[in-house]
Amino acid sequence: MNDIGKQHDYVIEVDHLFKQFDQVEAVNDMSFKVQRGVTTALLGGNGAGKTTTIAMLLGLLLPSSGSITILGEDMLRNRYRLLHRMNFSSPYVDLPQRLTIRQNLTVYGHLYRLSNLKQRIIQLAQELNLTELLDRRYGRLSAGQKTRVSLAKSLLNEPELLLLDEPTASLDPDTADSIRSHLQRYQQRTGATILLASHNMAEVERMCAEVIMLRQGQVVDTGSPDALIARYGRNTMEEVFIDIARNRSAEEAIL
Amino acid sequence: MINNTAIDIAFSPRRIYANVLRHLYLMRTSWPRVLEMIYWPTVQMILWGFITLSLKDNSSYVAQAAGILISSVLLWDVLFRGQLGISLVFMEEMWSRNLGHLFVSPLRPYELVVSLILMSLIRTIIGVGGAALVAIPLFHYNIFDMGLPLISFFINLIIFGWAIGLTVSGMVLRYGLGAESVAWVAVFALQPLCAIYYPVSVLPVWLQPVAWCLPASHVFEGMRELLFQHTFNAHHLWMAIGLNALFLAGGIAAFLAYFRVARERGLLLQVGE
Repeated sequence: MNDIGKQHDYVIEVDHLFKQFDQVEAVNDMSFKVQRGVTTALLGGNGAGKTTTIAMLLGLLLPSSGSITILGEDMLRNRYRLLHRMNFSSPYVDLPQRLTIRQNLTVYGHLYRLSNLKQRIIQLAQELNLTELLDRRYGRLSAGQKTRVSLAKSLLNEPELLLLDEPTASLDPDTADSIRSHLQRYQQRTGATILLASHNMAEVERMCAEVIMLRQGQVVDTGSPDALIARYGRNTMEEVFIDIARNRSAEEAIL
Repeated sequence: MINNTAIDIAFSPRRIYANVLRHLYLMRTSWPRVLEMIYWPTVQMILWGFITLSLKDNSSYVAQAAGILISSVLLWDVLFRGQLGISLVFMEEMWSRNLGHLFVSPLRPYELVVSLILMSLIRTIIGVGGAALVAIPLFHYNIFDMGLPLISFFINLIIFGWAIGLTVSGMVLRYGLGAESVAWVAVFALQPLCAIYYPVSVLPVWLQPVAWCLPASHVFEGMRELLFQHTFNAHHLWMAIGLNALFLAGGIAAFLAYFRVARERGLLLQVGE
């Protein structure tokens, strides 16, 4: 059945997902759903399976078993059709250092076969405050500038689903705030769905309507930040995060 | 909002162009990369040019065709640069830690293969073509005088280079940049068997069937026949084409298989040593 154009309530549906590396179960029977038009956080300590999960959602990593449905289509079967409608940004994946911002965005714009590419690059540069830097080499940019370029690359095709791996890691508060604001504006304007992995709990409280908590490759809790804070009897998401990372259930945390 | 739902096609020249453009941008901004392309083929050609001058009056082999050694080294460089062109361009993506972004775009692995092949062709033409042009004033030898057979030699050698380059690139993807040195030395393991500077008959009898399984051996035997006897041996040409079809199919299959292993093991996001 061709699902193109059909509106689904859930943009991501992960069902009984497993990923094993040799003897290590990186993802262990994971199931979750992400609602359309919502920003959802994928939280967990180091090694909880966040990056592995995101890599499988992008098709960069093949699951050992289980299914991933994105925008109503089977990700493993229709990956390339879906990749036009998604994008990804991570401070841990670079762009070519010797190319300028304009050259990098031009290359990726062609990869997405965009029309009006020059105009699109100028527009994104204006939105992300990169206009003055367009002809500077990527390798000569600061960490904050690189993050904004990576974000510009991820927004080139106006994705319906945006996957972000720690979008504001190692950024100063001002730069981080401008990136969060831009993402929120983008979502309001386009109705896009955002799934982000983050260790910044203040960011999660500000941006995310839903949270998926992971530990040792499994979903251990889900809900809105407010609901999770209330359930664990805490004041902040950071405290909830510590409870979950230390294997305390909501009942134990309240006691 | 951009309509992204109906624009996917299985083979896109524009995506291939994008990847070629990325490397042309890189060449434009890095003169050492361009110099490296021309430097070694030219140095090799000059070295063998002087050896030719030295042997011309003392060796009946060289006296029969003065350009034999220069032709051999230039055509060997077609194979070597063809292989290196694929491997280096692919490793540029790994050095720049760009594979993760590249493969979350709609770029197919086989489109990447085509772009690597095109970049290899451009790099080989610049590198070996430059050296061949230098040989004209320096040693009064013009390899282009071979005429049409030169095209068949060039095509067969570069295709063999691509087959090796794709296999090596797949190995580097699978085993990480620690396997980078394989890219530099792989082709030299075959060099003694390719009959570049001597005929296959020089090899031990038990090794000769192995040499005849390599397209390069047929090309160099064909080149010698052309230069010494002024005849073009179509048998060598067809053998080289047939073997190249097998080697290239094997190289592409190996690269795609390694790519799948990389997806199974999560290597596309974790490139490095």
